[in-house]
Amino acid sequence: MIWVVAVVVFIMLAAALAVLFLPNMIAAVVASAVVSLSLTVIFAIVKAPDVAMTEAAIGAGLSSLILAIGLKRLGYWKTDSIDKVKAGERHD
Amino acid sequence: MTKYSALLFISGLVFLLMVITGLLPMGHTPMLVGNAILEGAKDQVGAANVVTSVVLGYRGLDTLGELSILFAAASVVGLVLTKSSFNKHASNNDDKHDHHDSGFVAVNAIDLIFPLLLVVGMYIITHGHLTPGGGFQGGVVLAVAFSMLVIVRPRRVSINHGMVSIIESFAGVSFIVIGVVALFKGQSFLQPLLGHGEFASLWSAGTLPLLYLAVGLKVGAELAGLLLALNTDEVAS
Repeated sequence: MIWVVAVVVFIMLAAALAVLFLPNMIAAVVASAVVSLSLTVIFAIVKAPDVAMTEAAIGAGLSSLILAIGLKRLGYWKTDSIDKVKAGERHD
Repeated sequence: MTKYSALLFISGLVFLLMVITGLLPMGHTPMLVGNAILEGAKDQVGAANVVTSVVLGYRGLDTLGELSILFAAASVVGLVLTKSSFNKHASNNDDKHDHHDSGFVAVNAIDLIFPLLLVVGMYIITHGHLTPGGGFQGGVVLAVAFSMLVIVRPRRVSINHGMVSIIESFAGVSFIVIGVVALFKGQSFLQPLLGHGEFASLWSAGTLPLLYLAVGLKVGAELAGLLLALNTDEVAS
């Protein structure tokens, strides 16, 4: 069981790093959802299914939706990377 | 520098999780109140899910507090972010240009997923006293389902804000009324009534399923209204 937890924690760490270093904002939102999903798996492993369901619904579902709406409102809902978006704005 | 301090924080958190999951013997900590509740919950409350009997039975007042905190947050967001009626008339013409349905994949996916999400949300709410889950989780699922539908196809679907607030107020009032009825019967506030029923069947645990239905409807309506307020204001700003 400790190896499953180690793999999940590794995925969580990789996703959390991806949130920091990904140039694309939409991909960063998705990576933050992956962090929450990995945390859900850990909660399920340590036998807390209620907390796991709350984390899956709120952490992965609701907060990703709120972040996505925030991106839309700020005008960053672009499939290009953030640098390209900023460069395009500068040329305009 | 901020990025590296965040990295340091994350690695510390990972180390903590590894230590906790690896070394701590699960479920053997000295819990006095927890053990007393675990022993007595089945006879006193009659819910198959012990977490529910704690959340709505032993700590029902705390749940009411959580609901009021959520209500305050949703009210403030609605107050700050929704358009006034003057702006709504002024920007009505612009709305039609800016609102368009999302792409092929998103529209078809939400048509496929939406009924399933509704069923899952209602199942989680109504079986909150039997299986893991309950009003909060199911309510969030319902809210996300409705707001996904509105966000993906804003032209076809619109949700009446008055209806949402009526559902929210009705659910909140019925939660408090169920608690007050227990007071009038000479018991504590929010104490489960109506007998225990057959253990682990759908109609069991007295008023707990009704309370969870109220919590689910309230959380769902509040969060749906919050997400819609965040989404619709985009055109006006």
